[in-house]
This record gives sequence, C-alpha cells and structure tokens, in this order.
Amino acid sequence: MEYGLVSAAYISASVLFILSLGGLSNQEKAKRAVWFGIAGMGLSVFFTVFGGSSGNFWLLFPMILIGSAIGYYVAQKVEMTEMPQLVAALHSFVGLAAVFIGINAQLELSFVQDFNGSLDELSGFTKKIASKNSAEISIMAVEIFLGVFIGAVTFTGSVVAFGKLSGKIDGKVFKLPGGHGLNLAALVISLLLGLLYFNGSGIWTIILMSILAGFIGWHLIMGIGGADMPVVVSMLNSYSGWAAAAIGFTLGNDLLIVTGALVGSSGAILSYIMCKAMNRHFISVILGGFGSQVQTETEIEGEQVSIDADGVASLLNDADQVIIVPGYGMAVAQAQQTVSELTRRLRAKSKKVRFGIHPVAGRLPGHMNVLLAEAKVPYDIVLEMDEINDDFPNTDVVIVIGSNDIVNPAAQDDPNSPIAGMPVLEVWKSKNVIVSKRGQGTGYSGIQNPLFFKENTRMFYGDAKQSLDSLLSKID
Amino acid sequence: MKIATLTESSENENRVAITPESAKFLIKFGHQVIIQSGAGEKARFSDNDYKKSGCKILKSSASIFKEADVIVKVNAPNKAEQSKFQKKQILISFVWPAQNKSLLENLNKKGVTSIAMDMVPRISRAQKMDALSSMSNIAGYRAVVEATTNFDRFLTGQITAAGKVPPAKVLVIGAGVAGLAAIGTSVSLGAIVRAFDVRPEVAEQIESMGAEFLMLDFEDGLDGSETGGYAAPSSPEFREKQLQCFREQAEEVDIVITTALIPGMDAPKLWLKEFVDKMKPGSVIVDLAAEKGGNCDLTKPGEKIVTKNNVTVIGYTDFPSRMAAQSSALYATNIRHMIDDLTPKKDGKIDINMKDDVIRGCTVTHNNQITFPPPPPKVQAIAKQAPKTIEKTAEEIKADELNAFKKNTLQQTILLCIGGLFMFVIGNYAPSEFMQHMIVFALACFVGFQVIWNVSHALHTPLMAVTNAISGIIIIGAVLQMTSESWIAIFLAAISVLISTINIVGGFLVTRRMLAMFQKS
Repeated sequence: MEYGLVSAAYISASVLFILSLGGLSNQEKAKRAVWFGIAGMGLSVFFTVFGGSSGNFWLLFPMILIGSAIGYYVAQKVEMTEMPQLVAALHSFVGLAAVFIGINAQLELSFVQDFNGSLDELSGFTKKIASKNSAEISIMAVEIFLGVFIGAVTFTGSVVAFGKLSGKIDGKVFKLPGGHGLNLAALVISLLLGLLYFNGSGIWTIILMSILAGFIGWHLIMGIGGADMPVVVSMLNSYSGWAAAAIGFTLGNDLLIVTGALVGSSGAILSYIMCKAMNRHFISVILGGFGSQVQTETEIEGEQVSIDADGVASLLNDADQVIIVPGYGMAVAQAQQTVSELTRRLRAKSKKVRFGIHPVAGRLPGHMNVLLAEAKVPYDIVLEMDEINDDFPNTDVVIVIGSNDIVNPAAQDDPNSPIAGMPVLEVWKSKNVIVSKRGQGTGYSGIQNPLFFKENTRMFYGDAKQSLDSLLSKID
Repeated sequence: MKIATLTESSENENRVAITPESAKFLIKFGHQVIIQSGAGEKARFSDNDYKKSGCKILKSSASIFKEADVIVKVNAPNKAEQSKFQKKQILISFVWPAQNKSLLENLNKKGVTSIAMDMVPRISRAQKMDALSSMSNIAGYRAVVEATTNFDRFLTGQITAAGKVPPAKVLVIGAGVAGLAAIGTSVSLGAIVRAFDVRPEVAEQIESMGAEFLMLDFEDGLDGSETGGYAAPSSPEFREKQLQCFREQAEEVDIVITTALIPGMDAPKLWLKEFVDKMKPGSVIVDLAAEKGGNCDLTKPGEKIVTKNNVTVIGYTDFPSRMAAQSSALYATNIRHMIDDLTPKKDGKIDINMKDDVIRGCTVTHNNQITFPPPPPKVQAIAKQAPKTIEKTAEEIKADELNAFKKNTLQQTILLCIGGLFMFVIGNYAPSEFMQHMIVFALACFVGFQVIWNVSHALHTPLMAVTNAISGIIIIGAVLQMTSESWIAIFLAAISVLISTINIVGGFLVTRRMLAMFQKS
C-alpha cells in the first residue's frame, strides 16, 4: 500500500482519538465517543498490518486473535468494583510492550550496524534504521533509552498497583531501608548505564537498565498508601502514554507520538485534578503516603453514639431532603445495589435524594459514579462536591456509607491535621448524619475523624450491605 | 445498690424521677429499685406499673430513707427530707448549689454524696443526662401551648370564605434549648417567628428552625457568649441597642416568649413596662424566666395576670410539671443515663469517679467535702467563632487580580522562554526528521491538555479506561517489528502484539460496558 494512504489513515485515526477523548464531556456523547476510539484503533491497526511494512502474518494474526479473545473474556467477566485493578493491570501491559519494542529496536540497530549487504535486501523497520546517519542514530538511542525506562517503571509500578488494589499486596506503605535514596541511586546508575549505552556498549546495558527501572517502579508504588491510589493509577496511565510516545519517536511513527502524547497529557491532568482534590502536591503523593507524617492532631472529646436500623428508618421516614455520600466502603461491601434500592424507595415517597461524590472517593477517579451507574442510579441525581456542598445545611439526613477522610471536618478546623486544607464534603452542616461504618477504627489515612463525635452524628455500625439491607425492610 | 425515689413533696410538682420504663434499665445495671407508693400517680404511672417492672413498693418515706443507698428525686430535698438522710447515702436530683448554700452544707454535714442534675456540663458526651436541656425543651413547647390557649386568634394565616386571617407574629427572646423548642413549635403552628439572642453564633440554629434572626448592628468584638454555652451579661451600649430593637418589635408582635437567663444571676429585664403598654390588646407574654424574677417587668412568678390594656402575662414556673408524663419520661431517662455512667461495670456497684469530667462537674458534695464549684470544663461547649475575614473592597480585589494576572504572565513568559531555548538547543543538533516529530508531539500534548479539561467529572473512570485502550496503539510498533531478521525480536514483537491486543479489546469493551450503565432518571 502507498505511504500516502497509510498516512491518511493515521491522520483520520488521530482525529478520531481526539474526538473520542473530547466526547467524554457528558454521558450521552460518551457512548458515541467510544465508537470513535474503536474506529480509530481499527483503522490504524488495519493499515499498519497491510501497509506493507509488516510481515510474518502466520504469527501476527493468531496473536491478535488470542489477545482479542482474552481481552473480551476479561472485559465481560470483570466486576465493576474490580475496575481499578483491571485498569492498573492493563497499564502494565502497555509498559511491558514498550520495553520489548525498545529492546527490539536496539536488536535491529545492532543487526543493521553489523550488516554489510545491500539496503534493498532489508525491509520494513530494519530498512528505515539502516538509512539513518550517525546523528540520527544517537538521537534514536536516547529515544530507546527513554522508552524502555518509562515502560519498565510503568510495568512494575502497575503490577504493584494492581496487587494493592486487588488486595493481593498489603495496602500499607512499604519502603526498603534507604527509602527514596535507593530510588535515586537506581536512577543515577540507570543514567550511567545510559551513557555507556550511548557510547555503544551494547544491549546488556539496556537490559540491566530496564531491570533497575523496574525496581524503581516497584519500590516507588510500594511506598504509596492505598488512599493515594487514584493519583497513582492516573499517573501510571500518563506514563504508559509517554512510553508509547517515546517508542513513536524511536520508530518515527507520528500516530504513536500523537496518541502517546494525548494519553500522557490526559493522565497528567487527571493526576493534577486528583491532587488538587486532596490539596496535596503531586511530588508529596509520589514520595510517600500519609503514614510517614508525625504531627500532633487536636484531641477529640466526646463519644460516638450508635443507632440501630429502626432509628435510621424513622429519621429517613421523617426526612424530606436526603444526601448519600458513598466511599470505598460501599465498593468493598458491594452495597451499591442496596443503596440504589434504598434510593428508589425514598424517591417513591417523593423525598429528594441525591448523591454527593468527592473527587477522590474510591480507588479510581470517578469510581463511585461507575458503581452507582451499575446499580442503575440515575446520573442526574449524582452530583460532585462543588455542586452539592452548599446544600448540606438544608438537608435533613446525610447517609455516609464507608467514606471517612472525604467527610472529615478536621480538614477545615484543625491546621495540624495531615489532611488540613483538603476540600471535603461538609456533611456535618446537615441536621442529621448517619455514618455506616464497620467499626470504630480510623480510615485509610489512619487519622481520627471528629465527624463521628459530633452531636448530630449517629454511628450505624456493621457491614454496609447488611446494615442497609436491614434498613430497607423498615422503609415503608 | 438500692435506688429509691420519693413522692415529690412540693405541692405543684407532678413529676417523678423514675418511670417503670427506666426502672427496667436500672435493674439491668444490677440495682434494686424502690418506689414510694403513689410517687408516679400524678404522672400517670400506677404502683402496679412499677411492680410489673420489678420495683419494690414502700409506703412511707421514712422506711425508704432507712433502706435505700441512693435517693433519686426531681426537686432538691426540703428541710424535713434533709434531716432523714443517712451517712454515705447518695442523692441525685436538681440541687441548684449556687443558690442553696444551706442545703449544700446540711447534706455535707450528713455525709451525703450529692449529684446535681443541674450541674451536668454542656458537652456532647453528657448530653444524654442533661436534664436542664430536656426540661427546657418541654418548657419551650409548653410555653407556646399556654400562649395559644390565652391568645384568641389563629396562629397560622388563612384565607377563608369568611375572610382573611393574618398569621400571628411570635417573638422569642433567648435561643437556648427552650427558645429553640418554642421557635419550632410556633413555626409548626404556622406563626411568623422572630428570635433574638445575644450570641451571634446561634443565628444559624435559629434560622434552621425556621425563624428570622433579629440582628443588631454592631462592630466586631462584641460577643455575648461565654464558656459553657451560656450567655454572659452584656455591656450598657449593647443593652441599649437591644432594647431599641425590642421597642420596635413590641408594636408588631402578638406573642412574646422570653427565655433569657444568665447562669447564677437574676434574669435580665428585657421586656419593659413601656413595651407591654405598646402591645396590641389580646397579646400574650410568656415569661419562662419567671423563676429567676422574670424577663418582663410585669411578670408575677407562678401567676397569670392581665394588664389594663388586655395583655396577658404568664409567669408560671412549673411548665415541665404541667406535662408530667412527658417530662418524667425524659427526666427518668436522664437519670438512667447518669446511673449508667456511675455504674461502669453494670454490676450494681456505684463508683463516683472524680476524674471523669462529667461526674466531677455534677458532684457537689462527696466524702464530707463540698466540691462545688467544680473546676472549669476542659472542653468548650461551642467552638470559638472563627475570626471574620475582612471583606475586600472592589479596588483591592481588582488590584489583586491584576497582580495575579501579572505574575501569571511573567511565569508563562519565563516558561515559554525556557522551553523555546531548550527547543533551540535541540534543534541545533538534532536531525530534521526528529524536529518534525517534535512538532507533532508538542501539538498533540496541547490538544490533550485542552480536551481533557472538558471531561465530565463523573466520567473519569471511563476516561481512564478509554485512554488505556488507546495507549494500546503501541501495537503498531510491535506490528512494524514483526518483519525483523532476528528471531528474538520477532518473538518479543509477537508477545507485544498479544498483550497490546488484550489491552485494546479489554479497554474498549469495558468502557462500553461502563457507559451503557449511565442512565438518566
């Protein structure tokens, strides 16, 4: 196929990808936007495969078929509550692919440098490399280095994030002795290896460097607590994009560069939004969790008053305005269906029920929205923090289900609190607050929540699903 | 231990300190409960009810004093009762230690441990035993009921075939528990309610009950609240403004309910005779502070009077007792919580733990010592108001904006210069093909930045899934490398194709699944 035709396909694909991302501005357009993305991907893969620069179809097609089958199976099987770990796992694939492709490029490079025959005997990518001059080759070495480095960090980082999100690895902060000094040392050695590599020391430098980069990814994410996972996942998302872009430079492929840059910048912005929602700097999130801070918090006086299902039911039966604030606890207890049923019953009694969603509720940006959508809660009653924060004083009952830090008044009242200054949902301003919680323990960040001790707060202890189930039967 | 209650000795007292319901709990804590025969009669609890709950009934108060370890009452014991106390007995009742010095000394002389229900500190933890609050709540409700009985009009506005009825206007002075209860009750009867309090921080509570807060124009720094959640006496200027405000209200309002009290002092005179004279005939004043002399000049404690211009002034001092069944139930629950806290092990043994802030606060005599007044509470009842931020003028805001804009411009310029220089350096060395790719890269980054800002917050998870699927574009690199001469390279490329396909197909399908779930109501 003509070079021009392939380029045209690439341009169309780039436009489709941009439309696809832009289309996510609202729920209705988003359904169409996915098709843009799928079309763009189909176009680019089709034209690349049949564009004349590929070969060995007997191996390529089975791989695509098997991959599609696995992807289809995973996508159908996954529970919506497992979405965070799925996304993390998929990121790791992109990272690994970037490492392999980078190493391949180096293999080709050394092959071409030892090759003495005519250029015409070569084909595809190999041919392209062989026609490069020395300046281009050294630039390419830098690109390979970056691609492999970012890819390796993404790979191990995503694997750890996957482990933490799925509970296979303890979510607590873990650091080897030496802490970030170790990461820094690994980075310096990687750079030295890079210098050796640029001077032609051969492929072993790249492989050793990718192992070191893998260590950095592993150690970096191990040192970040579970509550910061929304930032980590979107950061890894960004990395996977940059890795793709670096590979695009290596291969001289504009589509890869465009798409990689799109993904990379979108992930970066998402991380920025998440950090802003937690009032923290990106660097401080990456360099360690809440656990490492030693500060004296204001002591909390008072006691937590518990309430039973009958009490909650009578409060709800009397209320006109109800706001539900879900958190990670709802996801853990798989309580979204029950919450949805509760919402339906309350709305049937013509009460105004709405949801207040904090930007970092859950383990993935927008996690709660997806869960509520799964349970068929209409999205127009699901509001974000800024839209609903002013309405709490007029609300009769707020039900907090399994969230803690995002409703912690200490963020506003106590300048010594580790989460001081973080924007929070001001649930305590409503007339009654019901907190559905497993026990008296602290949240993921390990800090005490004065909300639980407020006079208008009642603690509804127990597993979120079970306690809400028992509540359902009492809402007449 | 044996916990007993007596028939209240004072004539107008209908309440009782233990109800059959609360007795059940006390027995659960391991205590025995003794009731003087007929103690609950006026609050509609018969001896039989008590027997059913497992209480022992005794005829005379003398035998009760002989047998019981703990005497629970509503009102403070009178002279006769004081003399019957025995050493080491515990008294739980209202005591009013600041006003009743001789009572305190008598109890102390007898070696009685006295727990004053009126001294429970106003902190969250002690709310459940705060009898003053529960009694005030009843008083506030009853005050409205008494006012409406004596007010011969509707409270709610109505438009009927027989004519239009304007809603009554109610003014509540003092928004403590009683004031807020009165506001709530009048609002629910349909009246227009205004309320005043010297503590500006309760404005929010007043408004939350549906009343309008009468704000005095004042400079900052004047604040009527003091520690412990009660009001403090105010300055002369403040008082003048306050009276001015009431003078204006007097001509308008139909019902005035005053609840202003300052701890340990006579009630402040807030509703002067001249205001009463100005009020419309048929208006009603209910003075809940009558026991402390009253907020109104004309109040006669314990009585209802009608002035020459036909304004009714109600100065009853027994509002809670007028609703004996309700108030006994609440008071008994307060007592029950107090005994619960005093019996930490639930084994029927009472432990006066003077290290506990709440118990320390309300124990006024103990171990032959008068332990009143208690040290000040460690916890503030109401958090100090945050200092008000000074409103910026329009010019200042403009100047700030301009400064921010200048700073922003400077920052951007510097960044652009650095970026430009960097590009220049690279461009100087790098081959032209690389620079072409760089243009594409930089533009794509900008497009990405612009596009993502518009993504709806709720769709962040689908966004991540989609970008994740799109980042599978790396498959192109792998596909291009499939033609390699080296078998290792082909193998690695094949693996890359496999996993990127998983990524692409999985990512897109999962996004579609997610988006399909979003639906409008």
